[in-house]
Amino acid sequence: MPKMNMVQALNLALDQEMSADDSVVVIGEDVGVDGGVFRVTDGLYDKYGEERVIDTPLAESTIYGSAIGMALAGLRPVAEMQFSGFAYFMLAQLESHASRFRSRTQGLWTVPLVVRMPYGGAVRALEHHSESREATFAHFPGVKVVIPSSPRNARALLTASIRDPDPVVFMEPKRSYRAFREEVPEAEETLEIGTAQVVQEGGDLTVVAWGAMIRPTLQAVVQVQEKRGVSIELIDLLTIAPMDGNRIVRSVEKTGRCVIVQEAPRSFGVASEIIARLNDKALLSLEAPVKRVTNYDVVTPYFGRELMYIPDVERISGAIEETLDF
Amino acid sequence: MPLQEIDNFSISYLQILDEHGNLDDELEPQLSDDELVRVYRSMVLAREADKRMLMLQRQGRIGTFAPCTGQEAAVCGPTLAMTKKDWFVCSFREMPGRLMRGETLLQVFLFYNGYEEGNTMPPSSRTLPIAIPVSSQIPHAVGIAYAMKYRGEKDSAAVVFFGDGGTSQGDFHEALNFASLWQAPVVFICQNNHWAISIPRNKQSRSKTLAQKAIAYDMPGIQVDGNDVLAMYKATREALDRAHAGDGPTLIEAVTYRLSMHTTADDPKKYRPEEEVQEWWKRDPVPRFRLYLERKNIWNAALQEDMETEIKSEVDAAVKEFEQITDFKPDAPFDYIFGSEHAEIEEQRAEFLAASEARLLNKEAADA
Ligand SMILES: Cc1ncc(C[n+]2csc(CCOP(=O)(O)OP(=O)(O)O)c2C)c(N)n1
Ligand SMILES: [Mg+2]
Repeated sequence: MPKMNMVQALNLALDQEMSADDSVVVIGEDVGVDGGVFRVTDGLYDKYGEERVIDTPLAESTIYGSAIGMALAGLRPVAEMQFSGFAYFMLAQLESHASRFRSRTQGLWTVPLVVRMPYGGAVRALEHHSESREATFAHFPGVKVVIPSSPRNARALLTASIRDPDPVVFMEPKRSYRAFREEVPEAEETLEIGTAQVVQEGGDLTVVAWGAMIRPTLQAVVQVQEKRGVSIELIDLLTIAPMDGNRIVRSVEKTGRCVIVQEAPRSFGVASEIIARLNDKALLSLEAPVKRVTNYDVVTPYFGRELMYIPDVERISGAIEETLDF
Repeated sequence: MPLQEIDNFSISYLQILDEHGNLDDELEPQLSDDELVRVYRSMVLAREADKRMLMLQRQGRIGTFAPCTGQEAAVCGPTLAMTKKDWFVCSFREMPGRLMRGETLLQVFLFYNGYEEGNTMPPSSRTLPIAIPVSSQIPHAVGIAYAMKYRGEKDSAAVVFFGDGGTSQGDFHEALNFASLWQAPVVFICQNNHWAISIPRNKQSRSKTLAQKAIAYDMPGIQVDGNDVLAMYKATREALDRAHAGDGPTLIEAVTYRLSMHTTADDPKKYRPEEEVQEWWKRDPVPRFRLYLERKNIWNAALQEDMETEIKSEVDAAVKEFEQITDFKPDAPFDYIFGSEHAEIEEQRAEFLAASEARLLNKEAADA
């Protein structure tokens, strides 16, 4: 199996889906000749031509809105927002239409449309290039929100998203784009959307994380296990909405303790939602309060300060130990 | 019944000083020697600052930034036409104008090294901070202009800058429509530098000019040689005079060129031919204007040399000062989240400070 970084793995998924199905088209700013500012669509323009790899004017609302039209008419568009920070220009189309067509028409019209967007911090970027706003998108019923964490699951989830019959917001942790390589099978591989993955099993505590937080979380888990001689279960959410709450509930029923790691600001986020699930279904199994390690409720600091705000190995391991000791 | 023509439209192109240095002296604006030298110096300073920042970025001493090289005239000409009472509403490629408006190089460096401190201006400033989401700042200029009209500030208008790519956004069209209906005192300046990252001007819009977008909103629109600082000054001066007189908005298309990369994160070789760039270097706004000053006998090689030395040491001093500042308040983001304190935010601040403290102690322990 070739080793790939996440950018190459995403490119592989796009290439294979485009070659297998001529209804798959790519649309966005700088996705064609330039191959995308992160090179995720590199080479596709030369291979599939300008009709299938569409370089658009600078207009996010119409990129997404026209992609809705394409999807209604039987195409399978994969739109790109250059950064998640510019996706707010298309939110009206997402909320008002993409999320609603299936319900509005009792299943007659559906919108099989993927919008990919790099998200997240710690890349020394300018303002608007560092946020984690997955909760915003997850709050629209009818929209699926997927966040991979590694090259292999990114490839498998993007393939599944393109084949999915519903609108998918596919958020790519740009910090992980080139951070590491992993073996990715040449042969087709998909992962079920809506299903979390157990990265490692354990009996003493459950940690839930997603996206770019998986790597520092895994490091913290390994550290605490060695230091304390405990075994920790790590769950990678992979799909934010619809959430695989029962997987987390089953784990916490076993371990009795839970820590959630979220790159986004603390309030009104995915971690809060997980805690609500545990409150609903696993309250009596809990032996300690569920702890959240999150960013704070501040406007994302420019990069000079941002690393102090994003959860890191130290804060995560501290929270795990406190929860073990409770 | 035969079709009747009910209206027809045309678009003009303004150039005063061409790329060979030929001057149309009938159109030449009446600027004092001081003003001419001031705007020239601003252009040279901006060019030097771009060069230095590119080096700093490559060395990891600042972060990503968008060079303005090639567009100095299109930014400095309009800025010269403005007074402190006019509002400067920019996107992210107008550093030369920001410096003319009183921003310091130190602030520029702080901003591009990831500190909000770079955005602090005196309270009386009418220079808005950099706006990165393309065209999102254009409606702000229209609202500011409305407020100036409402308050009866007849000598104040808003001048807003954006790119050729920016004309594709809804915000651009919506803002022009509002400005026209309100007859708001605003000058829209489109920096048509021929590229929006990798998308060439002709793939942004099939319109022959971007100036003609004004026609749909019934406002004056003019295309200007954006590498001719005199023409950019004059077009803006006239638009501001109209705005101040209560005659509403104007759209100016500055035809210029992005001689450098989109940002330091971009590699233009991937999408644009080097020959095109070389052609545009021949129209470089800076030497063209220098020639004009020399022909007017207000500039010469000796003055040039003095100025270059002075600018170099000015930039050196700013870099030095910038690198000496290290005492940034870690919890400043908590200070500016709201105008009044809230218990929850303060709880989080305390938690943040405790975590920072613990991190520091751990580091000291590890180092020891
Ligand atoms: C709404 C939005 N979408 C995408 C981007 C990413 N981006 C930054 S600049 C740019 C191109 C802008 O082109 P243009 O308006 O011509 O201005 P220029 O960069 O040439 O000065 C893009 C796509 C952004 N900043 N904002
Ligand atoms: Mg441009």
